[in-house]
Amino acid sequence: MIEQAPKTAVLRVQRGAPGEAIRFEDFEVPYEEGMSVLDALRWIRTHFDSSLAIRYSCINANACKTCMALVNGEVEYTCIAKLTPGVVTVEPLPKRPLIRDLVTDVISEDEKI
Amino acid sequence: MPHFSTDVLVIGAGGAGMYAAIAAAQKGVSVLLLDKGQVGRGGATIMAQMTVAVALGEQEPDSVALHLEDTLKAGRGLCNEELSALLCRDGPARIREMEQWGTRWARENGHIKQEMAPGHSVKRCCYVDFLNTGPAVAATLRRKVSEIPAIRRVSNLAAVEILARDGHANGAIALNVVDGGFVTIDAKAVILAAGGLTKLYERNSASANMGGEAYALALWAGAELIDMEFVQFFPIGHLAPRLVGMDPIMWDPFRYKLGGKLLNGKLEEFIDRYGSTDFGKYNATRDIAAYAILKEVEAGRGTPHGGAFLDFRHIPEAQLRSAFGPVIDRLLANGIDLTKSPVEVGPMAHYHMGGIRVDANMQTRIAGLYAAGEAVGGANGANRLSGNAIIEAFVFGARAGSAAAETALRSRSDWIEKFAAHALSRLQSFASVSNGNGIPPISLQAELQRLMWEEAGPFRTGAKLGAALARIEEMQKNDLSRLNIGGARQFNLDLQDGFELRAMLATAQTVVRSALGRTESRGAHQREDFPAPDDAYLQNQMLELKDGKLESHWLPPVRFLGVAPIDD
Repeated sequence: MIEQAPKTAVLRVQRGAPGEAIRFEDFEVPYEEGMSVLDALRWIRTHFDSSLAIRYSCINANACKTCMALVNGEVEYTCIAKLTPGVVTVEPLPKRPLIRDLVTDVISEDEKI
Repeated sequence: MPHFSTDVLVIGAGGAGMYAAIAAAQKGVSVLLLDKGQVGRGGATIMAQMTVAVALGEQEPDSVALHLEDTLKAGRGLCNEELSALLCRDGPARIREMEQWGTRWARENGHIKQEMAPGHSVKRCCYVDFLNTGPAVAATLRRKVSEIPAIRRVSNLAAVEILARDGHANGAIALNVVDGGFVTIDAKAVILAAGGLTKLYERNSASANMGGEAYALALWAGAELIDMEFVQFFPIGHLAPRLVGMDPIMWDPFRYKLGGKLLNGKLEEFIDRYGSTDFGKYNATRDIAAYAILKEVEAGRGTPHGGAFLDFRHIPEAQLRSAFGPVIDRLLANGIDLTKSPVEVGPMAHYHMGGIRVDANMQTRIAGLYAAGEAVGGANGANRLSGNAIIEAFVFGARAGSAAAETALRSRSDWIEKFAAHALSRLQSFASVSNGNGIPPISLQAELQRLMWEEAGPFRTGAKLGAALARIEEMQKNDLSRLNIGGARQFNLDLQDGFELRAMLATAQTVVRSALGRTESRGAHQREDFPAPDDAYLQNQMLELKDGKLESHWLPPVRFLGVAPIDD
């Protein structure tokens, strides 16, 4: 049997907070059929760089609706956006104020301090 | 530093927390409702796609007494029967109230439709179509909460300590995840509605945020915990292929309605090897199914992801579609075609029967400190009946909210700046342990999850539990003081993870301690070294902190006190 090299995806993730230089960082993530972009972001936090700021709650049920970001330029729920092998760009929502990395201010005014 | 003053503070804004906030506000008090994520979008409720058990008697004749009988039977003799009776008694009123507030329970022939579920004597379980119960009830409660001006909601605020002095709760300190700072809260009554501890386990079926904080906060404040060993493991949670947009426990109705075959990694049926028969009926009980799957995996006959296959290939597609039409399409969108290949399933942590010890008003032994929903221990004994979790959130939420409001109405603020400042400086020093060479808290969380799964999971032994306890105590002693939590202020998840880890370790310690103490097998607590139930353990196990040390004692369960007439 021919051993196949394990597939990977490269997440090109926007980093930084207001007042800092906004930059992109590439993370190579092991790819498994069916996995979501959020699975990959959580893998990065657990195995590589825990300082990556992301927002999510229900993980994979598309129930909490808190994990939105731009995936390859389109607004997506990262929990149901399918990851594909190759390069995937992930950026914060463009029309919301940036908090840090992929987290934007999506909280309604009456739920803030 | 931001400071809030409120009559009632509610910690956790899932089903129970939102219900509690509404019930308290209806009594005329001010409410502060916090969630470490977004209000109304975290916790267990929103993930629950299944059903709600309630004795409405709309589908067929039913009664509160019969629902109670089924609940107590499932609880294997350990229910706090007073709490179980309240859950069953107040259920119908809560379901109708939710309907008035906008929840569209599935109906047929002019009545609320109720289905059969395992362990129920009659068709009792209502739902919202299609596998949308949790999100629908969460939406109803979010809307209702937002319409009440007396409820102040705050998202991304994680409670990290209850302030209690002389046996009386008077507020809390919370971490503002958005800017990394602390917030102090002066409250006349506090409700812990952040229950559930599925995040302690590597394999779990719930939201990512259920680290068991409510139990740790209660314990540290001086309250007692009850029966913490009883973690419910769902036997056939979804393992693979990766399934998104669905509840991982969705396979249960598929299996018992359609007859899904459980097969091991060699595609053999195996339930019959474990003292049950499944051939042709597919109705082995949950505990046997869980045991058989894990034993096959142990013997090297598991599936690639460490579970069993659940196979529907013998069911014609038309039959699959007529039973679960829209769900079949959602599965196909995930690349899962049940007519072509089986899925992989296995046991996973799903719910916690144990919890905070409360009285019928949901009050702990600390005056002014209440619990609601899954945070409450005792109503479900050693094993929870399916469908009882959401009704528990509504009923206990409503009771806790009303009782806390009444306490607040007859209390004055007991806020003492110096006392709060003392607690705050302790928390600030924990938050500033940043050590560049330390361990990121999320790595220790992952280690704890593996440890709990392997050593304190569905099937336990004294030796494994002892090893788990030793490592947990070592992590508390050595690792918590040398975390790497980075320097960022805004949305520093390392900081939030660090506080979460501190609570997760405290709660994990109570689960393992209690599991060691109960040297019998009963309901969800299975000891391979003590495989039978022992009547000497027909008692509840209480835990409390004495001089910083965890101590346990045993009490006989509260027996049925009669179902009082509905008072609201």
